[in-house]
Amino acid sequence: MSELASLPTRKAEAFRYTDLDALARVWPVACEEIIVPSGQSTSVSIVEEGQQAVARHLVIEIEAGAALDLRILNAGNTFGRIAIYVTLGEGADFTLGAAQLGQGGQVLEIVTEVAHDAPHATSRQVVRSVLGGHATGTYLGKIAVARGSDGTDAAQSVRAMLLDRTATANARPELEIYADDVKCAHGCAVGELDAQGLFYLQSRGLPPPEAKRLMLQAFIAEAFAGAPQEEELQAKALARLGELV
Amino acid sequence: MLTIDNLQATVADKPILKGLSLSMNAGEVHAIMGPNGAGKSTLGYTLGGRPGYEVTGGSVTFDGQDLLALEPHERAAAGLFLGFQYPVEIPGVSNVQFLREALNAQRKARGEEPLSGGEFLKLAREKAALLRLDMDMLKRPVNVGFSGGEKKRAEMVQMGILDPKFAILDETDSGLDIDALRIVGDGINAIMRKPDKAVLLITHYQRLLDYVKPDFVHVLAGGRIVKTGGPELALQLEEQGYEAVAA
Repeated sequence: MSELASLPTRKAEAFRYTDLDALARVWPVACEEIIVPSGQSTSVSIVEEGQQAVARHLVIEIEAGAALDLRILNAGNTFGRIAIYVTLGEGADFTLGAAQLGQGGQVLEIVTEVAHDAPHATSRQVVRSVLGGHATGTYLGKIAVARGSDGTDAAQSVRAMLLDRTATANARPELEIYADDVKCAHGCAVGELDAQGLFYLQSRGLPPPEAKRLMLQAFIAEAFAGAPQEEELQAKALARLGELV
Repeated sequence: MLTIDNLQATVADKPILKGLSLSMNAGEVHAIMGPNGAGKSTLGYTLGGRPGYEVTGGSVTFDGQDLLALEPHERAAAGLFLGFQYPVEIPGVSNVQFLREALNAQRKARGEEPLSGGEFLKLAREKAALLRLDMDMLKRPVNVGFSGGEKKRAEMVQMGILDPKFAILDETDSGLDIDALRIVGDGINAIMRKPDKAVLLITHYQRLLDYVKPDFVHVLAGGRIVKTGGPELALQLEEQGYEAVAA
């Protein structure tokens, strides 16, 4: 969290792919604290889709037996950075579902650090990026399992879809494990829309943009699946996808 | 309805269709048979407009329009349906959503009003029942986890819903057991055996033709139609093989 002190450089790992000029315009970034008290569960959704550059820094503490369901639609028109630092108490549960939708020269990034500081906590992160034009989408995610945090169950699933060869996706899932009895899974993939699938949909009468939108809608669906605000988030993402294809 | 004249097409620069000509009228069913590698699937994909299948010569006229000038989705809206030999799985996209959007996109292109959700579901239920496909399968993602036979029946449900004028069915009979073959055959007849429609069946075997009786049978070899006859030609092929008949 030292990143808040002064404007970082690209040497800082968490800022390696950022847009420093845009970041300078919104610096310093206020720290937003979320505490989920012991035994409670809550949900938060963040939608960034405006014209302004945005950088947010969330420091989240999920106490013993508590749960947080966090969903993010990161689709701002210029620069959108959302950094999330989570500390989990015993038996706490954290869900992150995020979609980053970018085109033009947008720079979108989600940086997470999830600290499993106590036993039997669970975390699940799903991040889907759809990037066209010269957009850059980044996910840097670290899971840190402290000594003695046995029974940890942590998962990261990161996928990016590039609509143009000029778009860039960065993904760096990272595991740091100091406990013995843990389950950590991570998967990461960058790809393009399946050409065979696109032709199949088009052959049934869907114009190319609609065929793409349908496939992309399916691609990002997992990010918002099961969220209390699922319908609203899907609708907003769908509108955005319509502009991307 | 469809006139293919001296069609030549390449795939990855390799000539596959080498001057194929074929003419079909409304109300007719034609079967194209031929050995592996003859160009049967290439013909289907070329008529459907699949990227990578490049037309290097000849023409295709469909209902008075230059078919080859149209994009794949425009061909569909004009009334063409391509039944895939290997229907593609589209994870996360439900059949119902996909087909409703596809049908309404076609209707929009033809200047027709879109179907409402209720109207569409009624239509989908009717066609699913015709092909004896559980309606629940249509709520699932397109072809994902479907068996070979279910995929082919789902293709025919799509055809029933989209109600094309002309269908090219590429080995729709492959992967079907005897009962499914009858269901699919009956489905094709019910949907397409009409005076204003036509079907081009691409197949290896006579057995589908027991259910969907062709008016003409063509033998495709080396990228051309080398022989044309009536339904008896299919029987002759089954008995004597392509080499003897097409030589």
